[in-house]
Amino acid sequence: MSEFLRDYLLVVLFLVLAGALVFGMLGLGSLLRPTRSQPQKYITYESGVDPVGLGWSQSNIRYYVFALLFVMFDVEAVFIFPWATRLEAYGTFGLVEMAIFIFILALGLVYAWRKGVLRWI
Amino acid sequence: MTAASVMSSLLAVEVPYWASSIIKLGVVALVVPTAALILGYVFLMKMMSFMQSRLGPMEAGPYGTLQLLADGLKFIQKEDIFPEKADRTVFALAPLVVLISTFLIFVVIPTGPDAVVAQLDVGIFYALAVSSLSVVGILMAGWASANKYALMGGLRAAGQLIAYELPLVLAVMGVVIQAGTLDLQKIVAAQANGEIFGWGGIGNPFILTQFVGFFIFLVAVQAETTQPPFDMPVAESEIVGGYQVEYTGFRFLFFFMGEFGTAFAFGALASVLFLGGWALPWGDITHWGFNIAGPVIMLVKIMAVSALIFWFRFTYPRLREDQLQRLAWKFLIPLSLVNIVVTGVFKVVL
Repeated sequence: MSEFLRDYLLVVLFLVLAGALVFGMLGLGSLLRPTRSQPQKYITYESGVDPVGLGWSQSNIRYYVFALLFVMFDVEAVFIFPWATRLEAYGTFGLVEMAIFIFILALGLVYAWRKGVLRWI
Repeated sequence: MTAASVMSSLLAVEVPYWASSIIKLGVVALVVPTAALILGYVFLMKMMSFMQSRLGPMEAGPYGTLQLLADGLKFIQKEDIFPEKADRTVFALAPLVVLISTFLIFVVIPTGPDAVVAQLDVGIFYALAVSSLSVVGILMAGWASANKYALMGGLRAAGQLIAYELPLVLAVMGVVIQAGTLDLQKIVAAQANGEIFGWGGIGNPFILTQFVGFFIFLVAVQAETTQPPFDMPVAESEIVGGYQVEYTGFRFLFFFMGEFGTAFAFGALASVLFLGGWALPWGDITHWGFNIAGPVIMLVKIMAVSALIFWFRFTYPRLREDQLQRLAWKFLIPLSLVNIVVTGVFKVVL
């Protein structure tokens, strides 16, 4: 196997390690912990009173708008990374190109700002 | 034979791939919980207590050093409770996802010329990518609990983590432009061998040229690990722990371990990116001695960065949700975009 694949095999092994640690500790705990089930213990917590309605309630739409904005800027960041590693070779040409790219994306942020989606209330 | 020659001949031995993998897995499996314990004891318990004119834990072990171990022993004996309304599978898997994200960051953190788990070419990009996996785990926990507080906390956490993910990624870009690589080992070498306007006396730790990036990185790390003043998602006094509210025993402890393990990993990333990592600017950085001195140098730097982060944590009051989003979108992101352009101009012109 090539060195490259071996490095990524280690990443997979670490994923397995985290799983082994979680299930190992919980398995060890199952030997030590008590299990005395009472119906009251499994009621959803709501400040000590009986819960009202469902836990899956409505929530603020703002989170959705911020998630959309995030997708836009995160994709931008992915494009800047390869440029950043090769800037020395590209020189002034690369710098101007990226300045235009960042300017267009900053326009998107300014638009969102002007539209008022960055305000919470 | 001198100690030096013994050591260098030991390092020259070809260890088979499976053996080195087992050693690496064992070391990291020990490092992650130990890191969480060290940060929890030194900063969360002792530093906070001293800043508030009290002693903190004093009973378990000398000066209460074993307090967190005692807490762990207590947690493992706690009953494992699944709320009846909860989505059981997702509820059980959420802490696992958070912990996986923490473990995967440690894969690329270098602590010496050979003391690294895997030297990936995409180094820092990979670290940032896996660190944002924890958002998924937190959303899973918040949603699966079927609890109003948990849902609110989970959504707040997701909104905060994605908002501060951007300044975090963009702040790193300045370092990548200066070093011209994503590989963390090469970033360390670039700092040790660098020079400031032709003077190489202390190398070129990027904190000197990227101080704006360092500032943005620290603020973003604070928010990414949901520490006060950015602790709206877990705000104990209003939503009683947010997404963690229905978790008991060791499942709860995994979230704690994930939070502090990630804080440690980000401290390590900050020291690699901005403070020169495991290397010292004097002497040959490929020398075998750095495999032993490197982890110690790293630990000192990580503790210094963590002290700064926790100092903020204990000093400032909690930000409101709108203040928090405003800081990220209207201040940190524009600032880091300007930082990228200015760094690029300096790189090309100088």
